[in-house]
Amino acid sequence: MRKKTEQFVWTRKHLLGLRQLTADELTHILDTAAGFEQIGKQTVKKAPALRGKLVVNLFFEDSTRTRNSFTLAASRLSADVINFTKKESSVSKGETLLDTARNLEAMGIDIVVIRHSAAGAATLLSRNITACVVNAGDGYCEHPTQGLLDVYTIRKLRGSLKGLKIAIVGDIAHSRVARSDMWAMTKLGAEVIFVGPPTLMPADVGRLPVSVSTSLDEIIEKVDVINMLRIQFERQSSNPFPSVREYSHYFGLTVDRMKKAKPNIIVMHPGPINRGLEMESEVADGANSAILQQVSNGVAVRMAVLFLVSQAAAQTNV
Amino acid sequence: MKVLLNDKQIERIVKKLAERVIEDTPAQTEIAVIGIRSRGEILAQRLCAELSQKMGREVPCGTLDITLYRDDLNSPSGNSQPRVRTTEIGFDIDDKIIILVDDVLYTGRSARAAMDALIDLGRPKAIRLAVLVDRQGREFPIQSDYAGYKTDVSQNQLVQVFLTESDGKDEVVIEKGE
Repeated sequence: MRKKTEQFVWTRKHLLGLRQLTADELTHILDTAAGFEQIGKQTVKKAPALRGKLVVNLFFEDSTRTRNSFTLAASRLSADVINFTKKESSVSKGETLLDTARNLEAMGIDIVVIRHSAAGAATLLSRNITACVVNAGDGYCEHPTQGLLDVYTIRKLRGSLKGLKIAIVGDIAHSRVARSDMWAMTKLGAEVIFVGPPTLMPADVGRLPVSVSTSLDEIIEKVDVINMLRIQFERQSSNPFPSVREYSHYFGLTVDRMKKAKPNIIVMHPGPINRGLEMESEVADGANSAILQQVSNGVAVRMAVLFLVSQAAAQTNV
Repeated sequence: MKVLLNDKQIERIVKKLAERVIEDTPAQTEIAVIGIRSRGEILAQRLCAELSQKMGREVPCGTLDITLYRDDLNSPSGNSQPRVRTTEIGFDIDDKIIILVDDVLYTGRSARAAMDALIDLGRPKAIRLAVLVDRQGREFPIQSDYAGYKTDVSQNQLVQVFLTESDGKDEVVIEKGE
């Protein structure tokens, strides 16, 4: 009916990473997510947008919060959800990723949400099945919906990311969150600083669009946002730092360090927190903490992603 | 292109709609106005201002985004991709008479989607449909309660509403469809 205006059209039926997205695409996802926020506050906490669609959570790595967040997002859009985890499936019997996916596809799935320890797993899958693929974390490569919910949270608090200085602190080398954050934040106009001991910096850091600091004390007063990564003990094969106490002394976000920060600094953490290690409890629960907002925004952002890929699929399958 | 309504006529219609709503609404009944994005939102605000002034009390006004309730989301023939925006209704709709506002009533599909969306928000006492232009071509059993202007333009024509807040002028025109 309405005259067509210059309207942005989302064309990707897969969300594999944020690296390949344009600033316009990122902004479109964030704008769309804003429209999904209120569904969780309605009397009936559902909208019928994905009614009759089947979403499969295909998780080859343990995850509770991301999987629950995707399940909730899909349910709020009235999709049906199947959870498929490594332990309970034939994957433990030696079935390959693609065989598993093709079997699922034979059941008529519409969207696969995949987490895998190998970088590129989601991309591989997307080239071999017709369903939409959403990456929920692949190796140390990307965790796009976490990156999106982080920039969504910042944008909601500050209006825009343009010109903001953002520190991402800790175990950068083992963090797909740091990478997705970096792509999204820099594309939206923020400046990103990776902070941590040299042993926890990725080998290719010199080629990334970030600056690097080994001193949290030097940068804490300059930044508008600080994202504290979790020390991933399960991923440490060597000993990247001498002791937990020493790490926390140099890179922990303590009440004392917070005194040097800007008064309105936004404190973020992708969870789960090692309280007392990367962050003191008083900071995690303090007035600057956006950690719980990140969790609720995550559901809205994932609803937007599921909705958009499904829309792209509906229009390309003509 | 033919001008159906000019700015003066639109102004008069909004005033008239407000009067008719008041006539029908028992004095003690709680009433609220909700507009369908995007032209319905603007008309709702104007209607609401009239109602608030004439009734001497603040009438709540909200905006409804019906994108997620549309019936063409999964149809490949839907040629333009709908954009999800926010629903902004800062009040409880339970037990209120809701005046649902849109610019044009045509197939009735938007009104159907809007009713479903409203019912997910609560249980209003009644929903009444108010539109600026009511044109023929209904595909659903839905009718307006308050129509500003009725017309029977043919199927291949386009009724286009312009409003100052979004388009810089108040005008309703009929255009040849493509």
